[in-house]
Amino acid sequence: MKLKTLLAATALSALATAGMAQDALKIGMITTLSGPAGYLGTDVRDGFLLAIEEEGGTLGGVPVEVIVEDDGLKPENGRAIAERFLERDEVEIMTGVIFSNIAPVVAPLTLRAGRFYISPNSGPSQFAGKACHENYFVASWQNDTLHESAGIAASNLGYNNAYILAPNYQAGKDALAGFKRFFTGDIVEETYTQLGQTDYAAEIAKIRAAKPEMVFQFLPGGMGINFMKQYDQAGLRDEIPLVLAAPSADINILRAVGASMLGVQNTSHWNHDLDNAANVAFVASFEETYDRAPTVYASQGYDTARLIASALRATGGAVTADMDGFRAALKAADFEAVRGPFAFNSNNHPVQNWYSREVVEIDGEFRNRTTGIIVENHADAYVGECSM
Amino acid sequence: MTQLFFEQLLNGLQLGMFLFLVSAGLTLVFGFMNIINLAHGSLFMIGAYAVAVLTNLTGSFFLGLLLSFPVVAAFALVIELLIIRPLYHRDHLDQVLATFGLILFFNEGVSIVFGRTPLFLNVPEALSGAVQITDTFSYPLYRIAIITVGLMVAAILWFIIVKTRTGMRIRAGTTNPEMIRALGVNIQALNTTIFVVGALFAGLAGGLSGPLTSVEVGMGENLLILSFVCIVIGGIGSIRGALLGALTVGLVDTLGRAFLPDLLGQFLDPATANGIGAALSSMSVYLLMIIVLIFKPTGLFPVARAA
Repeated sequence: MKLKTLLAATALSALATAGMAQDALKIGMITTLSGPAGYLGTDVRDGFLLAIEEEGGTLGGVPVEVIVEDDGLKPENGRAIAERFLERDEVEIMTGVIFSNIAPVVAPLTLRAGRFYISPNSGPSQFAGKACHENYFVASWQNDTLHESAGIAASNLGYNNAYILAPNYQAGKDALAGFKRFFTGDIVEETYTQLGQTDYAAEIAKIRAAKPEMVFQFLPGGMGINFMKQYDQAGLRDEIPLVLAAPSADINILRAVGASMLGVQNTSHWNHDLDNAANVAFVASFEETYDRAPTVYASQGYDTARLIASALRATGGAVTADMDGFRAALKAADFEAVRGPFAFNSNNHPVQNWYSREVVEIDGEFRNRTTGIIVENHADAYVGECSM
Repeated sequence: MTQLFFEQLLNGLQLGMFLFLVSAGLTLVFGFMNIINLAHGSLFMIGAYAVAVLTNLTGSFFLGLLLSFPVVAAFALVIELLIIRPLYHRDHLDQVLATFGLILFFNEGVSIVFGRTPLFLNVPEALSGAVQITDTFSYPLYRIAIITVGLMVAAILWFIIVKTRTGMRIRAGTTNPEMIRALGVNIQALNTTIFVVGALFAGLAGGLSGPLTSVEVGMGENLLILSFVCIVIGGIGSIRGALLGALTVGLVDTLGRAFLPDLLGQFLDPATANGIGAALSSMSVYLLMIIVLIFKPTGLFPVARAA
């Protein structure tokens, strides 16, 4: 309910200010709101709208109108919505895309239409390398870096070998490649599971027999919850530790899995306990507004909105009217990100710190506690292939 | 190696028993009522959510499981009366469309009521831990409990269908619904009963899966496809077929995932073997179905039907 009021308030305030001075700047948000992965898009949207709400319906002092649509995790929906946003609604900035099978559909359409694409989540490798574009920005991470950080963490923890598994699809293969890129130990075995698999008994039996020093898995969403529960029930959690990447250990997953996740090491570019002024204010404000704890996706939505705000403030609201100015202002990334230091590389992808975290129990709630910095100012592996 | 093989056999058996719980209801409803019920997966989800909520309320998994039965039965009753009943004599396509609509309805309904965050449900204290089978080999107690429940359900169903008067009517109804109506059996009441019983099996399977898997929106849909494979392999309408089909699918799926990549690794390089192995093992169940359908188009245990 609170969400609805906020949406209405944003729309209303946008309308009100629009009536007074100029037409509100239109931002199109194509995101995933339905299905099991719907909470990712919901949190990106809520984080984004929170930043607008805090500024009284503006970003960087410029009145904005956000049009939100659900892609249902289907690329063809993404295409239809993007075409409508670009042609009928004439949005100047496109954002919101969660999944890497939707970005390659929405981003080229947006770029061809001469608008800006700013990703709050998905960062597929092709757009970081050969297919990089001056109007394509990623405010979250390049996909591989999520898993590279886990690989570095695993090496730092002194593991000499690892059993790694992921679902048999592109993001799963990228995840294992990313982990291997920086992991200094040996790979005992690489297993690809079925997408949407519910039972992991066969894989867990193989892990037990292979006796690795650690396990890395990238099983997003419900698959990861299934795996973690069954891994713990098989009695392996204490025997063979896990090192995970951020998407496998967000707060919703911790809640659903419960004590089975206790003590699990994982890595992220953001955590609720990061001690910088912007983050403390964001966490308090999000909990106050939505009555729930923010996930990493909410932080990304919020950072994306504040990045846009910083650029709008610099250009005085001009986006497509001053392409060069807005692009330069975005690239400067002159804002306090809730994740801490943030800068854009030459391929418009972030250079940022990665933190190690551990799952702990605080007052009966399972949360991640930041334990240190794994790597500072980490850039992605594809920047050299980008000609910008 | 033999121990690993034995463990994987047990895993396959457990998955098979679990699939049987889901398929039993599906095959009853399809065989007897001639209704394709895609919403069977939704009833599975309703069962899981009911058990999760009631377990958190009562503090006991077993009480939660027990109390979930009336909840699932109530949902099934309403679905049968409002949606299924008008569709008995309609085309299968109409039934598929209507029950697919139900899937969307229940998925959105659950997200509105419970949000998109999966619910927490863990293994009850009494069933946690592992059973020591040999000195070096233990197996999770909860998975053994699922195998036991599956066997019990199979035994109870066998008793009802083979030994009781209701069972006789069910068998007769599957073979020749016109004749049994002509003989004065209240087929409407029997239909409703069977639909509710089928739903209860789905709900029970959902509730039992809660501690093993993520209790989330759309959790039943992946299983629904596998259950259809089970009943097609086993022969639609036959409980014995559903049991055999489910066990076959469970074993083929588990053993495929467990050993195919290694087997291929004997004569291919590891990366290729891994890729092909992963792809082949996810196809194995469907390949099996194709082979069965080529040689026995009505499944392994077909039910005799009046022309």
